[in-house]
Amino acid sequence: MEHHRILDRELDNLRDRVLLLGGETETALQRAMFALVERDTRTAQDVLKYDDEIDQLEVEIDRLCVDTIALRQPAARDLRFVISVAKITPILERIADHACNIARVAIDLNDEPQLKLLLDLPHMSELASNMLRAALDAFTSNDAASARAVILRDDEIDKLYNTIFRDLIELMVADSSTTARAARLLFVAKHLERIGDYVTDICELTVYMAEAAFIKHSK
Amino acid sequence: MSTPTTALKNFKLEPSTSEQTAQLAGALTEKVSVRDLNFFYGNTQALYNVSLAIPERQVMAFIGPSGCGKSTFLRTLNRMNDTIPGTRVVGQVWIDGQDIYAPEMDVVGLRRRVGMVFQKSNPFPKSIFDNVAYGLHINRLAKSKAELQERVERALRDAALWPEVKDRLKSSALGLSGGQQQRLCIARALAVQPEVVLMDEPASALDPMATQKIEELIVELKQQYTIVIVTHNMQQAARVSDQTAFFWLGKLIEVNNTEKVFTAPDEKLTEDYITGRFG
Repeated sequence: MEHHRILDRELDNLRDRVLLLGGETETALQRAMFALVERDTRTAQDVLKYDDEIDQLEVEIDRLCVDTIALRQPAARDLRFVISVAKITPILERIADHACNIARVAIDLNDEPQLKLLLDLPHMSELASNMLRAALDAFTSNDAASARAVILRDDEIDKLYNTIFRDLIELMVADSSTTARAARLLFVAKHLERIGDYVTDICELTVYMAEAAFIKHSK
Repeated sequence: MSTPTTALKNFKLEPSTSEQTAQLAGALTEKVSVRDLNFFYGNTQALYNVSLAIPERQVMAFIGPSGCGKSTFLRTLNRMNDTIPGTRVVGQVWIDGQDIYAPEMDVVGLRRRVGMVFQKSNPFPKSIFDNVAYGLHINRLAKSKAELQERVERALRDAALWPEVKDRLKSSALGLSGGQQQRLCIARALAVQPEVVLMDEPASALDPMATQKIEELIVELKQQYTIVIVTHNMQQAARVSDQTAFFWLGKLIEVNNTEKVFTAPDEKLTEDYITGRFG
């Protein structure tokens, strides 16, 4: 059936574009954290520069979703897929925005002396990146069980956030000259914590796509 | 004679349809109930053990590929298939607890209670007024001229046609547009005050504007009538119906709330059909 082949092609294209957006978002996060840890301003600036392309990709996927709904009128699993893509796309774009915010912090901190404090921020970032990759894999393979497993890992990020928050507050109390720098790192921790929440949202949409089950706010 | 409620308890359905039927019947008053219905055109079996409950004042859509038995099933609900030689029905159909295939059933009275609108509008070569008054005349349902006029007007209003024809009731019905003719046929069906209205692809020959009017009319009419519609247009089924039943090769595969069928059907066959991956 010709119509069927066209729809399948369009759905495959949508999936490819979302994966591209997901990959770019993941790269933006990794590079922003690299810039922060390695005090590399140029890499941080690259992250900011590339964000426009991520924004354009979001707009393109938005249009594709609207066109597919208007012209192909997908139903059942096809409809759930398109709706999920339409909702996942702005989430990925927001994760990329958080990566940009981390890159801005890196640029600001690189003008100041490095804090002599061992923080778990790289570990937290690695965890967020791994979760994002696993969430995109679950989405691609329509795998609700894997998506649910990723959601459980958000607790680890929350625990790390709480630890880092406590450490930074203690540092600020102990040495007031670190306050401005520590506050910036606090923001980085908060961005990573929010990214964990966004990954959870992506996984909830994957469960909806695979099982037609609404698990958001169901705890 | 067993009542539908008793009969439903004894249903032996496929698990999915059994559960769905019970859910539908539990939430709403049951108007039509069908149990283990089999239908034969000579030696060819067209329907296999169809069991289904149609709730009162709701719209149920039948969907499925050509030849799946949905129109045949529709016509079993007012015994229209009786007019086809060599056909045979095995199973039961109840309307308000009355077995419509019982020997004592008054078939003319049944068809008054269960009206029908066909794919192609079929007005009589008479005036607009006479078309609507026809059923009232032959069934002697109007005691006076004033009552006849009042009931014709009400039927035309119910069919959303009155504003367009009120000044030309004596004109030939054949001068109406296709969409108007179909609404006239709906008015003709409504004039005898049926309880159930069966519609066999009522908008398939109409343009989008006329189709929209018919669809809006169907949604309006369910306030007063139980409506069963056969359609090949799945968007139409999604727009107008409360429940959707999917037929395939003479079997009822799934019946469910329409939003469920179109977002997350229980059966893979249903999903394959509505996503265009059938066959």
